[in-house]
Amino acid sequence: MNKRIIYEIKGMYRDDFRVTGYEFGQGEESVCMIGNSRGNEVQQIYCCSQLVKKMKQLEEEGRIKDGVKILIIPSINPYSVNIQKRFWSTDNTDINRMFPGYDLGETTQRIADGVFKEIKDYKYGIQFTSFYMPGDFVPHIRYMKEGFTQREDAEKFGLKYIVERTVRPYDTATLNYNWQVWNTTAFSLYTNTTSRISSTGAGQAVLAVMNFMANSGMIKYSAIGEKNIRLIDDKDFISVRTAKSGFYEPLVKAGDMVEAGRPLANIINPYEGNIIETLYSPINGIIFFIHIEPITYANTAVIKLIEHA
Amino acid sequence: MIETVTSVDLPIDEKLMIKKNRICPQVMSEDDASLKRISIVTGIHGDELEGQYVCYELQRRIMEEYDNLQGIVDIYPAMNPLGIDSITRGIPAFDLDMNRLFPGNKDGNMTEYIAAGIMEDMAGSDLVFDIHASNIYLTEIPQIRINELHAETLVPLAKLSNVDFIWVHGASTVLEATFAHSLNSIGTPVLVVEMGVGMRLTREYGEQLIDGIFNTMKELGMWKGEVPEVRSPMISENPEDVSYLNASASGLFVPEVKHGAFVSKGDLVGRIVDPLEGKVLDEVRAPQGGMLFTIRDYPIVDEGSLMGRILNEEVCIYE
Repeated sequence: MNKRIIYEIKGMYRDDFRVTGYEFGQGEESVCMIGNSRGNEVQQIYCCSQLVKKMKQLEEEGRIKDGVKILIIPSINPYSVNIQKRFWSTDNTDINRMFPGYDLGETTQRIADGVFKEIKDYKYGIQFTSFYMPGDFVPHIRYMKEGFTQREDAEKFGLKYIVERTVRPYDTATLNYNWQVWNTTAFSLYTNTTSRISSTGAGQAVLAVMNFMANSGMIKYSAIGEKNIRLIDDKDFISVRTAKSGFYEPLVKAGDMVEAGRPLANIINPYEGNIIETLYSPINGIIFFIHIEPITYANTAVIKLIEHA
Repeated sequence: MIETVTSVDLPIDEKLMIKKNRICPQVMSEDDASLKRISIVTGIHGDELEGQYVCYELQRRIMEEYDNLQGIVDIYPAMNPLGIDSITRGIPAFDLDMNRLFPGNKDGNMTEYIAAGIMEDMAGSDLVFDIHASNIYLTEIPQIRINELHAETLVPLAKLSNVDFIWVHGASTVLEATFAHSLNSIGTPVLVVEMGVGMRLTREYGEQLIDGIFNTMKELGMWKGEVPEVRSPMISENPEDVSYLNASASGLFVPEVKHGAFVSKGDLVGRIVDPLEGKVLDEVRAPQGGMLFTIRDYPIVDEGSLMGRILNEEVCIYE
């Protein structure tokens, strides 16, 4: 294992801003994994920490194939995590909207550039990412449609669900998009949580990455993935929206199978306690995403479902 | 007449409302449908307040000579009221830049719903001024920024507006979700004004723009009173006209020249110093001669922070 500083900026009063990477094996730049880019993505760092631990073991046991180099960067934004702020500490910009970066530009453009220079030549890229809304997901792998990444590669993770995402205008400044522009096969790995640690979720993520590396011939590891993998177009999610604002009481959790008509959540009058709205499942489906905060706004897609296979 | 453009219930005993004030001519004639309409919009970013004074003072001056008004003036002082109230640039709770949500979606989430309601109300205006105040870090001379895609329509309108500078910039997919781009794309012209600095008022800039708004209204046939003569702006259409001063080190930026100063290549613009060790970390020098049209107001810089922009001296001629 080679622990090294990927990028750093000298701090004024804070300790220097450092992006630290862990390299395993030697040779072709085979796969790079990135943990958090935002301050609330704690599970994403945790997943990487578990991968670093696992890769140390594999390296000691001589199970990394010759000519394979693997890089894990648990955090490209420790500053924001340490002050518990989602975006950049001073100007609130999002590093994951700054790629490929610019070395003479603003601070977060420089960070994006500094990191991207180190990771752009990897054959595969895996980013642990999060949704803009707080909530729990069914773990899945995502890639952008019409990009460089193919379904066959995504299947190597052995996760039950693969989501194909249609590119939106703001995607063009994300790491995933730019990796593909530079011919890296890029994935976003969504684990179940974001701002709280789920050891089971992290375990699933570690297994998925192990499966991927084994199926790509990078490590010696007996991969056991899902057999019945399902591809979902992100346009096929069925959103259940609130009509009212108020306290939000979910009645199901991510991964639950539900029948059409099943109550999924209640919205409660915050002063008087009565139920002002009940959200029902419109289909026989699986809860793919569910909002988890105690309050909700009106017109919010608090639940996303997929149809039963 | 105060109207609520769009509103949604917040979770706990509060409504989020976007309000406007519509000022119609004192005497409405029979062909009112043909009256021109100008919209004054500000507060998409909750920390930009320069437009607040414009909204107030423009109305005061209109009412002083109300007889001269021959069109409809819609004033939207707070597109992001929760942000303005909580000194937050984006939309609080969502941590979203409101200027990346347009054209919105009536069936979308709360923020998209609000954006769609605003679009619907504003569409069809003969002209919209979207007044910004840079951010809390940088001070700007009064300027209008125009996406090259809409330059042909907007540059002639911008020239009426009494700003010092018109900056035509390149198209970018990321900017497609701005308020201005979304309205310009459906044929409602929007001029994006940047002036002053976040969280503060620069009264003379407000007065300057208001003179420009009256002049524009006069040209559009909406105002029959006297208007002051307006200045001819500097215009830049080439990205290479503007050079950027980004900090080479983290520290305290201490400027040596005033905002708007003309500098020669190599002139000292400021220093980045280290207050802990009492040392100069870097001398910031002008990479080209020209006008320092942007200067950093917030003194702490990280490596990479923008400290100023210089417009090349060859472009720095008022027409």
